[in-house]
Amino acid sequence: MGILKTFVLGGVHPAENKLSANAAIEAVPVPKQVIIPLGQNLGAPSKPIVKKGDQVKTGQLIAEASGFISANIHSPVSGTVLKIDQFIDVTGYKRPCVFIHVEGDEWDESIDRSDKLETHISLSSEEIVARVKASGIVGLGGATFPTSVKLMPPPGKKAEYLIINGVECEPYLTSDHRMMLEKGSEIIVGIQILMKALLVEKAIIGIENNKTDAINHLTELAKTDERIRVIALKVRYPQGGEKQLIKAALNREVPSGKLPIEVGCVVQNVSTAFAVYEAVQKNKPLFERVVTVTGKAVKKPSNFLVRIGTSTQDLIDAAAGLPESTGKVISGGPMMGKAITELDTPIVKGTSGILLMEKTESRRLVENPCIRCSRCTYACPMGLEPYLLTKAAKLGKLQMAEKEMIMDCIECGSCQYTCPSGIPLLDYLRLGKIKVGRAIRTRIKK
Amino acid sequence: MNKFTIAGSPHIHGDESTKKIMVGVVIALVPAMLVGVYYFGVDAIRVLLLAIIASLFFEWLIQKYLIKGTVTIMDGSALVTGILLAMNVPSNLPGWMVVVGALVAIGMAKMSFGGLGKNIFNPALVARVFLLVSFPVQMTSWPKPAPITDGLADVITGPTPLGIVKEGLGNGQTMSQLASELPSYTRDMVGNIGGSLGEVSVIAILLGGIYLLWKKIITWHIPVSILVTVGVFSGLMWGSNPEYYADPVFHLLTGGLMLGAIFMATDMVTSPMTKSGQIIFGFGVGLLTILIRLWGAYPEGVSFAILIMNAVVPLINKGFKPKRFGAKSGVPIKAKSL
Repeated sequence: MGILKTFVLGGVHPAENKLSANAAIEAVPVPKQVIIPLGQNLGAPSKPIVKKGDQVKTGQLIAEASGFISANIHSPVSGTVLKIDQFIDVTGYKRPCVFIHVEGDEWDESIDRSDKLETHISLSSEEIVARVKASGIVGLGGATFPTSVKLMPPPGKKAEYLIINGVECEPYLTSDHRMMLEKGSEIIVGIQILMKALLVEKAIIGIENNKTDAINHLTELAKTDERIRVIALKVRYPQGGEKQLIKAALNREVPSGKLPIEVGCVVQNVSTAFAVYEAVQKNKPLFERVVTVTGKAVKKPSNFLVRIGTSTQDLIDAAAGLPESTGKVISGGPMMGKAITELDTPIVKGTSGILLMEKTESRRLVENPCIRCSRCTYACPMGLEPYLLTKAAKLGKLQMAEKEMIMDCIECGSCQYTCPSGIPLLDYLRLGKIKVGRAIRTRIKK
Repeated sequence: MNKFTIAGSPHIHGDESTKKIMVGVVIALVPAMLVGVYYFGVDAIRVLLLAIIASLFFEWLIQKYLIKGTVTIMDGSALVTGILLAMNVPSNLPGWMVVVGALVAIGMAKMSFGGLGKNIFNPALVARVFLLVSFPVQMTSWPKPAPITDGLADVITGPTPLGIVKEGLGNGQTMSQLASELPSYTRDMVGNIGGSLGEVSVIAILLGGIYLLWKKIITWHIPVSILVTVGVFSGLMWGSNPEYYADPVFHLLTGGLMLGAIFMATDMVTSPMTKSGQIIFGFGVGLLTILIRLWGAYPEGVSFAILIMNAVVPLINKGFKPKRFGAKSGVPIKAKSL
């Protein structure tokens, strides 16, 4: 193997800690009750179409997209709708959720529940996009952007490459890794479906070199289709960021403020490709996903196949319980995940992992003065100057923050990870982004 | 109810801290300190200890009684300032002058700007230049190196190589006439020459520099840019008239250039934030150093050069931005103003 590809600017390499890499995907039992947040995707929350007392089947539509950037939600279980009420979701805010009492597990008849690999793609391009949209598929890497939107390039733009994100650069998380190992054939068909929908002839699967088994497995499977190429990437965070992955794979740079389609690329996660396979070939909407449950003190680090709406507590129990020493519970990975307070927070489409961190790892660092060491600047994968943006955000200098391109920040946290002074740079950057974003929106309205 | 910590991402942190960086700098300074002690004996130890203790003391005094804030003398920054101050003065400097130097470094150059990270000028160099201007005789009476293993001898003072050249050329002598008075390059490398406590041995300083690069405390941009500029510029002048200008190797090996390029100019607080800016900064330091050495009143110009470039750093930071992702050829995309 020659020199491994990677992106150019910045980046860090935190301890990988892939504790659950060898744990095969295991289905957790369907819970007694599920709580399904209506805002699970980037964009507008979904609009419920069921009411209290309604009987639902597994896979039945219960909430529909309420705009262009929105997604359908299907019932992950069969049973009775208890209520539609506010409940704390992963953001820490109370949001409307559908509560369903589980009775049996009766699936919608139209879903093909067999394990048989369906390789023949009979749907047309438009039908595929429509099916993906109807199935409520969103980006499963964590950003939860509605997949169908990405499959419809704006007028005048044409996709050249489909890039499949198997990078999984977040430490600890292994759900994509396990999917590639166990559902490789389905993922390849999923990729072919996505290529048909996008009318592209070239697909690249990017995988970091710490998953050699997945690289070898998919390379072997991709031999049947010469349009699909697997490339091994050097382990480096945040390589799973769309812009970084495109840079690493094709050495193309998405211009500031633009989408990947600008350089002829559409990026989809491997698990999303699997969801697309299930939706198109098996008519199965997205109502379950693989979630890694891990942490240094977790007795049984696992990868679980989970119905959406299952509580976090149920997953922790399935991984042999909450360790005494847990100080922080994170939904997602340690670099970009969200700390949650309540263990009954439901699993949503975007939950890639549950990370239980030790008390000793959970304390906030003491913030010391900036010593202008430039490490944040060296680490920034977008070529920004986090120390400067932080200062601008603190002082409310929004004009300066915008000029210094604060809106390009992808919130990867590399700057804060390297800061020797323990400054919560990303907290200030988020604050600045919110304020600048607001200012830009008011300007556009005028 | 569970009590879990809530914080924004990222939830993990690299292994770095201010203290680690400072300790790293101190370790990198050890070889040069040892050489200083070897050639200048007990006096070197005296100056080192005085500078360190005085720096820590003044930082404590100012933080505790003047600012009435938190005392942070354990972060290692005052320790580094103290050592660097000692490295930049002759080892026979009277003790009270060392203490005055520490007061200037900590009180004037660091704390009056707001403490760690806020100062514009390198504290140890501000103190050195303050002492040089205030006490020119004591600051330029260099002890002759006498290995500590030879036992305690009377301290004899002698000139530095740069001093010999400056004075000799000033008196109308040529470089070939001065050659016999100058120490060999081997002696310059080892440190068996007159000069400030920590600047004499090129080898010891380079060892420290390699350690700093290996530990990623500094990047190569500033030192390389300074040394290349000095080498090229002095080489051009030497090429034009080898009898009137010293050769580039001489300029690279003597005086405070190595110490300045590797330890003083790379001070994070007072150097530019981007790599392109650091190269410009190093170019400025190198150019000014040679200008002062060749045509200035002082034989040595590294301290002045670094301090002058320190003043330009905010401007360099404004002009030299990192290469932005998605911008063409490093030019930042202009955003519309609010």
